[in-house]
Amino acid sequence: MNFRKPTGGAIDRNTVLRFTFNGQLLTGHPGDTLASALLANGVHEVGSSVKLGRPRGIVAAGSEDPTSLVQIETPYSEPMLLATTVELFDGLEARGLAGQGRLSPEPDPARYDAKHEHCDVLVVGAGPAGLVAALTAARSGARVVLVDEQNQAGGALLGVDEYLDDRPSAEWVADIVAELKTTPGVLVLERTTAFGMYQDGFVLALQKRTDHLGFAAPASVARQRVWRIRTKQTVLATGAHERPVVFANNDRPGIMLASSARTFLHRYGVLPGSRAVVFTTNDSAYCAAIDLAESGVDIPLIVDARPEAPARLATECAARGIEVRAGHVVTGTEGSSRVTDVHVAPLGDGHPDTVVCDTLLVSGGWNPVVSLFSQARGKLRYDSSLGAFVPGEELASVRVAGSATGELDLNACARQGRDAGAAAVVAAGFTPGGQVPLPVSDSRCTQRTGLVLWRVPGDEDASFVDLQRDATVTDVLRATGAGLRSLEHIKRYTTIGTAHDQGKTSGMIAAGIVAEALGVELADQRPTTFRPPYTSVSFAALAGRDRGELHDPVRVTAIHRWHVAHGALFENVAQWKRPWYYPRDGEDLHAAVLRECRATRESVGMMDGSTLGKIDVQGRDAGKFLDMLYTNMMSTLKVGRIRYGVMCGVDGMVIDDGTVIRVGEERFLVTTTTGNAAKILDWMEEWLQTEWPHLDVHCTSVTEHWATIPLVGPKSRDVLAAVAPSLDVSNEAFEFMTWHDTRVAGVPARVCRISFSGELAYEINVTAWHGLAVWEALMEAGSPYGITPYGTETMHVLRAEKGYPIIGQETDATVTPQDLGMSWAVSKKKPDFIGKRSFSRAENLRTDRKQLVGLLPVDPNVLLPEGSQIVETDRLPEPPVRMLGHVTSSYPSAALGRTFALALVRSGHERVGETLYVPVEDALVPVTVTESVLYDKEGARRDG
Amino acid sequence: MQLIPCPWCGPREEAEFHYGGQAHVAYPEDPSALSDEEWAQYVFFRENPSGPFAERWSHSAGCRRWFNAVRDTRTHDLIAVYRAGEPMPEVIS
Repeated sequence: MNFRKPTGGAIDRNTVLRFTFNGQLLTGHPGDTLASALLANGVHEVGSSVKLGRPRGIVAAGSEDPTSLVQIETPYSEPMLLATTVELFDGLEARGLAGQGRLSPEPDPARYDAKHEHCDVLVVGAGPAGLVAALTAARSGARVVLVDEQNQAGGALLGVDEYLDDRPSAEWVADIVAELKTTPGVLVLERTTAFGMYQDGFVLALQKRTDHLGFAAPASVARQRVWRIRTKQTVLATGAHERPVVFANNDRPGIMLASSARTFLHRYGVLPGSRAVVFTTNDSAYCAAIDLAESGVDIPLIVDARPEAPARLATECAARGIEVRAGHVVTGTEGSSRVTDVHVAPLGDGHPDTVVCDTLLVSGGWNPVVSLFSQARGKLRYDSSLGAFVPGEELASVRVAGSATGELDLNACARQGRDAGAAAVVAAGFTPGGQVPLPVSDSRCTQRTGLVLWRVPGDEDASFVDLQRDATVTDVLRATGAGLRSLEHIKRYTTIGTAHDQGKTSGMIAAGIVAEALGVELADQRPTTFRPPYTSVSFAALAGRDRGELHDPVRVTAIHRWHVAHGALFENVAQWKRPWYYPRDGEDLHAAVLRECRATRESVGMMDGSTLGKIDVQGRDAGKFLDMLYTNMMSTLKVGRIRYGVMCGVDGMVIDDGTVIRVGEERFLVTTTTGNAAKILDWMEEWLQTEWPHLDVHCTSVTEHWATIPLVGPKSRDVLAAVAPSLDVSNEAFEFMTWHDTRVAGVPARVCRISFSGELAYEINVTAWHGLAVWEALMEAGSPYGITPYGTETMHVLRAEKGYPIIGQETDATVTPQDLGMSWAVSKKKPDFIGKRSFSRAENLRTDRKQLVGLLPVDPNVLLPEGSQIVETDRLPEPPVRMLGHVTSSYPSAALGRTFALALVRSGHERVGETLYVPVEDALVPVTVTESVLYDKEGARRDG
Repeated sequence: MQLIPCPWCGPREEAEFHYGGQAHVAYPEDPSALSDEEWAQYVFFRENPSGPFAERWSHSAGCRRWFNAVRDTRTHDLIAVYRAGEPMPEVIS
């Protein structure tokens, strides 16, 4: 059956759009929403409810609709859209949802982006108040942004056929929009919902740019855009939502808000049904009844809960054959997939009468849309004549105008818009320009006071408060009966107001029913806090361009290409890609790492160490400064020499370690662990700026200036000699912990003799520009020795065999240098350094602190999982079981011919030689505690 | 997103800043002269007022300077900002 009127509405009847709904082929026209097209085809039942599976239809015409959830399948599958906000396009495929949708497993091919906008006055809502506010602001010369959710300006005027100043309201709207769009400095954004309002005039708005184009959407245009608006002043002209009244079986398809039916009629030329009963508590629904009657809908009855019907409107109804029954209410409905009858009875008591219909239109009054005002931390006040929360205070930079204040008279709304616009521009430092004339409306419905009625007593299990959440009056009463009083608690207990619609039509009613149940005044109840987003926003839109490669910067070294070309697998270390290991044919991690370790310990290996943090510390007081930061003495370091150092926080816990090389009298180069480079630079800056501004020290990150290549193993000296012919590489001329500037492979290089493996080793530093060439030269020079590139995993094994901790792996901000067995790195001479005082705190002197030790599983083939707990006994006692510590590192070792681990163990240093146990799955694995250094304890290999 | 008025750069979005806790907690002149309890006060204990609170901020994604601000912890309003080394302005609570 066709419910489309032959004329009327902003619909292009000459163009037919085909679409399918639940597999059924239907048609509509440009200008339709999916909801209006469904109604035009006589389809009211859209989906079913989330818990109870009850049929659900279309309740409202806009984003406040609680029920018409659909999943669209084309051009890209998207769940949980409202049929009332999906603009129809040719080829649309949609299906109704049973309360929940299904995310597409396919990647979303559309683009999303974000744009920043700064303005003097932001106006939210392009209804009468917003339009007048925006034009008033625009005429002052201020930068104005006007955002509106709909695809065209007009707001509530889109849903009526009233005249303004004796001409169709659309003409009045078009004139204002035309002036706005031609005024310099004014931005008008349609299909744009301000969904979040934050501090200092920051507003987020979502613009749907190509959704309505369907298959015709150009791929080059971002589908949706998040506008990040920073405004000096805001005018909220966000309008009001009609609310229903709760009664038994109030959720059937065909039951709709009266003003929404009027909107479907006037905006889309669609009739909601053939025979409609109207149930109201106020005047506005009379207009809907009269308009629909004049369009051919049979309106047998208006049920008005008020004791007296409004005389003039009742007369108009009588003239059209509409019966008005004052002092009556709807007590229930019948029907399955569509309402078929309504029960009408006197309010309070009396026998119900049954009226046959296919549509029931309901109006319980109007809720001002105060979401953004509340998000801006504006206080709300209960208006007992409206039965709604309204803005309850004036904010310095946020003004509210129009029906968002509770005002329902059009002329008064426009006046508020003009006043708010003028006040906003003055507050933003402008002088109002030409005054915008206020329109005069011919509306029949000007009386605003109605009866506040939340619900009609009846079957509470079937009286739905939040249709989308299937939450009933019973649920509310269960919450209050359980002792809950706060609306916030009741919201969470019942889930009312937590669905996609955020309780736009249900929240106020829930508050009213709660107040009735508790016997308290709503004025004394604190409304639930409104939070962003006002309407649903997809994660894709929020992510914008920050997806995939652009999600987070990827840092690669100057030698990265070589690693990729040679089959390295990579490990993410902070933002860096580091070679993890270089598998050869058929090798897994363990096989590759054993080979890399063996080659390095027996001949020579090398790795890309460029990611190490490097900080250039310069100035007269650089030595003094480093003495405060490191636990050991740095100021006594001679130029040309290198010292390993440990840094602690004021609490004495290790935060980083690395080498310090003295480049000159007033210049040091400090290295940090890869992941801590930025943190340590910040740490230095913090102390310099906030505690020691008198020190002459400057710190600069130079991490990426250098390519750094550790050349490691007994043959490293021969390889270095081959590429650095001018350098005397003998042990006497080039001592351990010294550095030399020289040329390597023909380019200037700084070579440091340091070792993180216990082997003879050199760290070759060249400018990043030359990194790849020097790496390749080293590979070539090392080929007679079978030089082997190795990755972070081999580095970890080699250092662990020597008991060298990795900050962040062996440590967790509760570990002191002494716990790590590094008392040798803590100066006893320095009067003070950061952390020193904490070392003598009682807690840090305890002998049962967790200390770093080695663990050798009794079975040399058992590899302990890192993170395993350590216990004392070979049988687990009844819980709680005392844990002695945990495994921090664990590897198979080529050099040891067995597995080994490092661990933090309570009183670990005293336990060397003891057998402890590590629960692994269902077994307790016996392990022997050892000192942390497991390989070459004498350090004989260091000099080659 | 709040605007924080960096005393060097002017108002910038809060995401550019890093929080540094209570201001005017000086590193003790001679930590070795302090009792364990006094030292623990410096290391671990900070005020947590409801109302104006002088605290340190770093404009870490901007000029990288540390500065001080008095913030009302009830509203997040920044009542005053001032450069490191400058005295705390008189603040009416």
